[in-house]
Amino acid sequence: MEKILTNVRIIDPSQKIDEIGNIIIDEKGKIKSIGKKTKPSDASKKAEKIDLKGNIAIPGIVDMKAFVGEPGFEYKENFRTLSQAALAGGVTSIVTMPNTKPVIDNVSMVDFIIRRGRDKAKVNLYPCAAITRQLEGQQMSEFGLLKERGIIGFSDVNKTIQNTELMSRIMNYASDLDTLIMQHAEDYELAKNSCINEGEVATRLGLQGVSDIAERIIIERDLSLLSEFPCRYHINQISSKNSLKVIEKNKSNGIRFSTGVSINNLSLNENDIGEFRTFLKLSPPLRTEDDRLSLIDGIKKDLIDVIVSDHTPEDEESKRLPFAQAATGSIGIETLLPLSLELYHNKSLTLEKIIKCLTINPAKILKINKGTLKKGSDADICVFDLEEPWMVKAEELKSKSKNTAVENRKLQGKVKMTFLNGEVVYSN
Amino acid sequence: MATVKKVSAIKNNPKHLLGIQNLSIIEAKNILNEAKTFIKLNRSSSKKLDILRGKTQINLFFEPSTRTQSSFDLAGKRLGADVMSMNMGNSALKKGETLIDTAMTLNAMHPDIIVIRHQDSGAPNLLSQKVNCTVINAGDGRREHPTQALLDALTIINRKGNIEGLKIAICGDILHSRVARSNIYLMNMLGAEVNVIAPKTLMPVAVEKLGVKAFTDMKKGLDGCDIVMMLRLQNERMQGSFLPSKREYYEFFGLTPEKLKLAKKDALLMHPGPMNRGVEIDTKLADDINVSLVKEQVELGVAVRMACLKLYCK
Repeated sequence: MEKILTNVRIIDPSQKIDEIGNIIIDEKGKIKSIGKKTKPSDASKKAEKIDLKGNIAIPGIVDMKAFVGEPGFEYKENFRTLSQAALAGGVTSIVTMPNTKPVIDNVSMVDFIIRRGRDKAKVNLYPCAAITRQLEGQQMSEFGLLKERGIIGFSDVNKTIQNTELMSRIMNYASDLDTLIMQHAEDYELAKNSCINEGEVATRLGLQGVSDIAERIIIERDLSLLSEFPCRYHINQISSKNSLKVIEKNKSNGIRFSTGVSINNLSLNENDIGEFRTFLKLSPPLRTEDDRLSLIDGIKKDLIDVIVSDHTPEDEESKRLPFAQAATGSIGIETLLPLSLELYHNKSLTLEKIIKCLTINPAKILKINKGTLKKGSDADICVFDLEEPWMVKAEELKSKSKNTAVENRKLQGKVKMTFLNGEVVYSN
Repeated sequence: MATVKKVSAIKNNPKHLLGIQNLSIIEAKNILNEAKTFIKLNRSSSKKLDILRGKTQINLFFEPSTRTQSSFDLAGKRLGADVMSMNMGNSALKKGETLIDTAMTLNAMHPDIIVIRHQDSGAPNLLSQKVNCTVINAGDGRREHPTQALLDALTIINRKGNIEGLKIAICGDILHSRVARSNIYLMNMLGAEVNVIAPKTLMPVAVEKLGVKAFTDMKKGLDGCDIVMMLRLQNERMQGSFLPSKREYYEFFGLTPEKLKLAKKDALLMHPGPMNRGVEIDTKLADDINVSLVKEQVELGVAVRMACLKLYCK
């Protein structure tokens, strides 16, 4: 049945629109008509009418980095819980990471997760495969075969290809297949045993810190290689001001690549770790306030293209350990948009820019037909109240694991409704 | 009414000694004053009190220790507590038991105090969140060793009368040293001026922000100092190459009688032990009773730990 969404402010950076209007969704779940010129009378008489009460509608969010526990870590997260959390956060498309058990590095695993995801998840899933077999950084995965089976891109998640020769071959080989390579930038030797940013906080807490050089040196290396072997290259998450300088320089030299940042690095800094809050042990680590501000500036200058949740569910046992031994990562898919909106409310970024980094930019990098509400595209829509205040409570979040980095944070802006292919899949 | 409730809730929580960073100056001075009263007792022939009679103290040592463990052991016993020392080594870890599991097991036996040493920074903080008794930090990773700093302070006060206005040099492997960190906080708090001296690779990043002056040259760093604290080169914590050789280290950062002359005439020497003779300190100097306070540090350590046990167990 056709649907008409009325009384809605539509923000869609892919069409450069920010206007009050209506949206008509056809019976196939595609956008039939959208914008201020779309009138309720344009819809068929039988159309279901949904009043969005002046809330904002944006394209369903595309999250380029999330971990789903299946297979092997079902006790941390599964397809069902991940998709529930995603939809509650307005996320309709997820790039899932391959660091499962077994690792997603061969075609039979791809078939398994695509089938499993289709059956259990009510969200668009785009699985990533490992760049190297077993994430060991030694032997390339079967890029071609994996791509044919529906792999969207390749990532060794929080591991980095250390071997320069191998990295050059990966780029060289990937360029021919037009596959996306997503690198986590960290030099292992410089980052050895580290669990926090190097600086005063690390010195006081007595923890091994890692300097941002560890990140910068890999970015510098990869971008040098990229100038020789141009391929679709994406830096998963950057965390520091100095990395941005390298990115700026290379972009001005005409090197083509894209860059992501975790919402955590935009919303928190190393001081938030306090006395050993292991939920804030992240990779890349939280850095200084100066770094955080420069990352926001990087988004303003289009040096950073994508904001990701870096959703990393971990059970309590993995986190209730001394800081150095505790697992790395925090959940975040459900709070991705509300935390991003904080950057609007505190006047760091414009709404249009934030939404761009959450929708059309990742869709373009992934080369998928998402992140837009253009006529004819899938009606994946996130509807949110820009002003509604609420407080993050871990036990109310939908993820199976409760390791949020922003427990008790007061936020402004809440997802009210999520549409997937024109169907209401979440509302509150 | 609500505020009254809050106060009583805090009262019921056991107090912990996790680090000098968490101490107020009043609390620190309180411990030092209390410790003074035990010095004489420890030198007398009858050393036993019953202040902690009926209390149970568990020494939970995940890292090997001679002096700290025996010092806590004696301190507890002299106050009349039942003391149990557990050397965890790697045994618990090998069986897959986490720190929290161990803590919960011990907690079920209703101890009044747990004294913990652990190789991971922050382990005592974690423990303190999970048990119902007082937790005293006997050294965690490279973060803090509060009772060592307190006994160092007491030793200095015993000799110099006061800490305020003194100039103290801490020299050696600052990067890996919890003793250095606790001493920096405490000596600063008590009004001393602190210099740290180390090769660049053994100097923590942003150490100046802890309130010290950093030097790589002993000549400059020792100038005008009343106290020279030498630190042990912690080979077991060093992964990778920090120094070219021990010989080179001794040449530039080892304390010799000649280098000690760079400090004040009446400068005194301290070392938390155990010493690497010939690596960070000249062996004769270490034993020179005119300048070395090493034995006194060990002696007063018991008094300081008695004070901590007494004050924190109530």
